[in-house]
Amino acid sequence: MNLADFLFYVFAVITLVSAFFVVTFKNIIYSAFSLLLTFLGVAGIYVLLGADFIAIVQVIVYVGGILILILFGVMLTNKIQNVPIKTEASFIIPASITIGAFGGILVSTFINTRWKSMPAELANSTLTDVGHLLMNEYILIFELLGILLLVALVGAASIARKQ
Amino acid sequence: MIYDFFANLFGSDVIASFISGALPVVFIALFTLFAVWLERKVSAHMQDRLGPMRVGWHGWLQTFADILKLIQKEDITASDTDKKLFNIAPVLTFMGSYAAFAAIPFSSAYVGSGIDLGILYIVAVSGLVVAGILMAGWASNNKYSLYGAVRSAAQVISYEIPTVIVILTVVVVIGSLNLTKITEFQTSRFWDWMIFGGSIAGIKKLILLPFMVIGFVILYISSLAETNRTPFDIPEAESELVGGYHTEYSGIKFTMFFLSEYANMFAVSAVASALFFGGYHSPFGYFGNLIGLSWLVPIEQFFWFTIKGAFFVFVQMWLRWTLPRLRVDQLMTLCWKYLIPIAFVNFLIVALIMVL
Repeated sequence: MNLADFLFYVFAVITLVSAFFVVTFKNIIYSAFSLLLTFLGVAGIYVLLGADFIAIVQVIVYVGGILILILFGVMLTNKIQNVPIKTEASFIIPASITIGAFGGILVSTFINTRWKSMPAELANSTLTDVGHLLMNEYILIFELLGILLLVALVGAASIARKQ
Repeated sequence: MIYDFFANLFGSDVIASFISGALPVVFIALFTLFAVWLERKVSAHMQDRLGPMRVGWHGWLQTFADILKLIQKEDITASDTDKKLFNIAPVLTFMGSYAAFAAIPFSSAYVGSGIDLGILYIVAVSGLVVAGILMAGWASNNKYSLYGAVRSAAQVISYEIPTVIVILTVVVVIGSLNLTKITEFQTSRFWDWMIFGGSIAGIKKLILLPFMVIGFVILYISSLAETNRTPFDIPEAESELVGGYHTEYSGIKFTMFFLSEYANMFAVSAVASALFFGGYHSPFGYFGNLIGLSWLVPIEQFFWFTIKGAFFVFVQMWLRWTLPRLRVDQLMTLCWKYLIPIAFVNFLIVALIMVL
């Protein structure tokens, strides 16, 4: 087992364990901070897969943006501690059927796919390729997403504004 | 280079990674020892005092004495705090500041990781500091701490926007996010630094110059806000909030916050100098090249890098003892109504100049 394999298992364990805690913690703040670890673990796995740009955008968007937003929401909401958070199991039979079916599909795909194994190599930065793709092939989608975000921003400002 | 040296010495990648990864800790610790003393001396002399004078020559050992005191102090955890988060928060905050040092090129021989996304990575990990501060403020279970934490987070997130736009401005000119490449683009002659228009030949350089100066000023102002320094220190405004998010902390945990703050100060100064002031480059060639000792060049580069970083840290202290604190609405007005529009227009103009 070389260093990259070892790091992969470390990140995988961090991701899975913290994701489990996100669901099971009774305290919503603890869940939010476990989510931080989950995001970081996923970012680490992206790095090991050679997707450096995605990894860093993952940290910027999820840790720097969404997680902070969640924490803000939780901290600025009055008496959120007293709200009972439901963590017991409910709808056990439909849930287990759905999970079983979904898990079965995943496992069967995993087994039946003929994986192409390649020798590990130091990946080059994906930054230039991502940039070229965004600016050439997917330019329309890219611009549309920009407009979508702008509309969301203007909407947020107009809602927050005092009349 | 340093990494290769350790890899050859120990014959193991893992040990070499650990050692070269731990070097910034040593740097941060020594720098903090110096900077705390400097801060007290600067503040004292600006107020016509002498500052610490007793421990060592002009009190230069004062910080050692303080550290010894802080380590010996009882570690107090108030009874109603959230124990787990209270203990994790200082570590998380320091982790965020320390992670930024991985992509900062100290000299051509030492950069923790020369990744192509260096500057973007530094912006990304600064989000961890915000999470740590929010954690500290919330876990302290104290309204002053919580106010401080929320103020700090709001401020850091807002001021990240002008910072990123200015970084984009520089990236448009240089065409790389790698801090080593950004530094190499600005050669070891000071008129080739980005603040003077970069190493571009011809009239373009002259046209770029004023916009680069505007960009630097915006970056520096927002870096002050990102490190919670005066005039943007409302998160720990002593007269309003006792001590902000670290009100409840004492002893070694408080030291962690302190280290993190000074590490942050150096990191933003290092980024400012790498983007605009030639990074580790000397302003006028290298002595080592002159006398034919090439091993001297990286040491000189480290020297210049530290000098530039320390200079910008000194300017931060200078501003701290000169300017009054901004009110919270003034702070947001400055960011959203002035800095962001100016940074955007500046960015568009620079992009146009580079296209033409």
